[in-house]
Amino acid sequence: MVLLLLILIPLLTGILSFALKGDGVKTLALISSMATLAVSGYVSGANFTAPLAYNHDWIPAIGTSISLIADGMSSMLCLLTGIVVMVVMIANSNKETPNAGPFYGFMLLAQAGLMGVFLASDALLFYVFWELALIPVYFLCSSWGDEKRIAVTFKFFIYTFLGSLMMLAGLIFLVMQMPEGHISYAWTDIVATGKSLAPGVQQWLFWLFFIAFAIKMPIFPFHTWQPDAYEQSPTPVTIILSALMVKMGLFAVLRWLLPVLPAGVAYWSDTVIVLSVIGIVYASLIAIVQTDIKRLIAYSSIAHMGLMSAVAFTHSSVGMHGIMVQMFNHGINITGMWLIVSMIENRWGTRDMGKLGGMATSAPQMAIALVIISLANIALPLTNGFVGEFMLFNGLFRADTTGHIVVMVVAGLGVILGAVYTLNMVQKAAYGEVTKMVISKDLSVNEYAGLAIIISLVIFLGVYPKPLLDLTADIASAIVK
Amino acid sequence: MKAIIATTIFGIIMMFTSVMVSNKKSVAAIAVALFAVLLGVNIFELYTWNHAATPGPQLCYGMLTLDHTNLWFNTLMTGCTLLYALLMTKEIQKVGAYVAEYFALIFFILCGLYLLSSFNNLLMLFIGIEILSIPQYILAGSDKRNLKSSEASLKYFLMGSFTTGILLMGITLIYGAARSFNTADLVAILHTDTLNPLALAGIMFLMIALAFKVSAAPMHMWTPDVYDGSPTPFTAYMSTIVKAAAFFAFLRLFKDAFGNLSDHWRLVMAVITAATLLVGNITAVFQQSVKRMLAYSSIAQAGFMLFAILASNSKSWDSIILYGVAYSVATIGMFAVLVKLKDYTYDGFNGLAKKEPLLAFAATIFLFSLAGIPLTGGFMAKYYVLLAVVQQGSLLWLVIFALLMAAVSVYYYFRVIMAMYFKPGEAELNSPVSATDKMLLLVTCLVVILLGVLPQLVLG
Repeated sequence: MVLLLLILIPLLTGILSFALKGDGVKTLALISSMATLAVSGYVSGANFTAPLAYNHDWIPAIGTSISLIADGMSSMLCLLTGIVVMVVMIANSNKETPNAGPFYGFMLLAQAGLMGVFLASDALLFYVFWELALIPVYFLCSSWGDEKRIAVTFKFFIYTFLGSLMMLAGLIFLVMQMPEGHISYAWTDIVATGKSLAPGVQQWLFWLFFIAFAIKMPIFPFHTWQPDAYEQSPTPVTIILSALMVKMGLFAVLRWLLPVLPAGVAYWSDTVIVLSVIGIVYASLIAIVQTDIKRLIAYSSIAHMGLMSAVAFTHSSVGMHGIMVQMFNHGINITGMWLIVSMIENRWGTRDMGKLGGMATSAPQMAIALVIISLANIALPLTNGFVGEFMLFNGLFRADTTGHIVVMVVAGLGVILGAVYTLNMVQKAAYGEVTKMVISKDLSVNEYAGLAIIISLVIFLGVYPKPLLDLTADIASAIVK
Repeated sequence: MKAIIATTIFGIIMMFTSVMVSNKKSVAAIAVALFAVLLGVNIFELYTWNHAATPGPQLCYGMLTLDHTNLWFNTLMTGCTLLYALLMTKEIQKVGAYVAEYFALIFFILCGLYLLSSFNNLLMLFIGIEILSIPQYILAGSDKRNLKSSEASLKYFLMGSFTTGILLMGITLIYGAARSFNTADLVAILHTDTLNPLALAGIMFLMIALAFKVSAAPMHMWTPDVYDGSPTPFTAYMSTIVKAAAFFAFLRLFKDAFGNLSDHWRLVMAVITAATLLVGNITAVFQQSVKRMLAYSSIAQAGFMLFAILASNSKSWDSIILYGVAYSVATIGMFAVLVKLKDYTYDGFNGLAKKEPLLAFAATIFLFSLAGIPLTGGFMAKYYVLLAVVQQGSLLWLVIFALLMAAVSVYYYFRVIMAMYFKPGEAELNSPVSATDKMLLLVTCLVVILLGVLPQLVLG
């Protein structure tokens, strides 16, 4: 029942928000996000004793049920979702959003969808939430985004919808391979059936699932929707997209692809790794020449996700553990980045690095926050980014083929390039000539609170990552087995 | 049987009503009441059947068979008709002077529907299709001042009669090969290994005739003009419940009578399905009028329903019933929104969300359902037909093609949503939307969502 709360709280408060007007909506959204975070904290805690699960009949005729499970990976991602949404609500609470009721309503609905995706242990239920998480985001971007929002969001929607349909075809095919009269979408049954398929079948079935997940992550060359969508969305939505929704893709690979089609994965893993690494280098190179901070971070996100997806296919348990940690940390760091970008944009009305400069003098607190989060983004030791990235490279290195060494070197190049563009951005935005930026207000109380949560997590998990490592240790080794 | 008699009597009552009652509103109220009674009759028949022995009673010298599936289908379709009548009564009154006759014709269409769902004999199929079609030719032309409506009627009539000829030819050839009209005899006499070429030709003729009735490509040419030209409330009926009935008959014939000859017709059917999906979806993308888009969308949706016939297995009945209901409810709802607007182009929807939030919300739910977004009836329906056809095996290429086409369909359905929510404008309404209309639309939305969450409700 507790797991159901994780979905129901944002869902019901989200629906309620549509009816409300004025400041009441903000308060409701904030309280709702706090309650959800508290529940996800409880769920994560329970994971150390007995993982929670929930099961209820849904449509018995087609073997699908409402079954949720919160293992290490699920509860970690629910915790991340809880934290990120709450930070967004806090940081947004002094801003006037036009038409606030629907805006917060859709935000909370998106959260409900995300929670569902992370918790579902029934494939059809997973599919339903996978689609439902998309609909609110579609409305959010199209209504509150920038100038080109409608076309860009539509591209994003069609792209991901097409991927989802491929996954649906794959699921139906998979379920139909079960013995006559015994259709079941339960995770265990899906895994058992998938494993038993002939390698040849797994090899083509792999793509039906993989395309859906690759579009979401996104992996090169399925990424073209992403920079535009990030750029055109209002920042709170960009945070939902980049910190949480892309994790859906990676999560789906770990839960619904690697264990289900092992032979298919083994056959195609080299291809995927090469694509991911191309993505890392390609995105990093493009990031270097960006002048718009938002686009820069969008490309840096592609690079980070590329590294994680490459490691996901190397079949190493350290690497897998690293992915778990890095999923969480990347979500935290990129949320911090976007928050600062939105603060910059609000104060100075531009995201163009050429026009920025001197933040350290005019808004020192903000500049310090930017520096810390940027350092975490490039994985400096004692920040949370370091732990995950170190484990990821460790995973790549442990892989037994010589090809992987090349992969590792090229991926490492990506990290170096990452330092180049991130530090370049910090330098241009935070330092440089003061004259370019008019003195403006430093952090307000709520912005301070939002960033403080992010930064304390950055440092705490950088110094003492043990809770996060413990939470995800079992599931990481289970996936590799 | 009770329902068949009842609907005929009600049709005649409606015709007399036109003489006795002059007030259009009272006529419509009587019609709605009679639809409700008819639904009651159907439910009564369904309920009493459950306690009768299997197999179901044979009627008309064995030419009709009642069983649970077709009684259930009749009940659901009568329910949809009642919903339709409630949503559209005002609009039907606006079409012309002969309101009572319009309703009478709808009762006769229902009579055809009942025959089609329970036929056991090719002659009954023929009679059912004619009873279903002739009232439609009249309804299509009921807006006499409008040239397009007359054109639609004439076109539909000419093409329809031509198809009737093909249908009869098919039945004759089958009779020549099997010396029987009874589907049970056909199953016994026609075997794959000793199939008479006459019978094969007959099957193809029947397939062409029925494909015409369900507007499957390449027999779809009449659909856009007829649906676009007919008065909108009648388009809503023709493109939904009538189409579902034709599909039910199609499935009944090809599964029950020609099921074990499926090797002979499956490939042709697969090509028809692929063509229908392609033509419907791709052409719908280029439409500027929402009404015409919905006409093409009905072709595209027919492509999905053809999957049930293509599969012809244990899941086919469930999937055709669910698809028929989900598609009908969503499309009727969408037409109910459409008739409220002055301008039927996409631009006519601009800014509707600001002006009438509830209307826009309802339309969004209906469009979600048509596009197949989860938790709406349309998703479950698509899911069931795909399940049926994947179980059949060997047609996975078609499934993937269909899903690609479903992604295309998102393009034209979401264009309406974009116009309503994101484009600035002042959508002009024909008349203010009353509280009753809003309530009814909300109920329809609820049905759409309920079908998506608990599809077992309509699956007996």
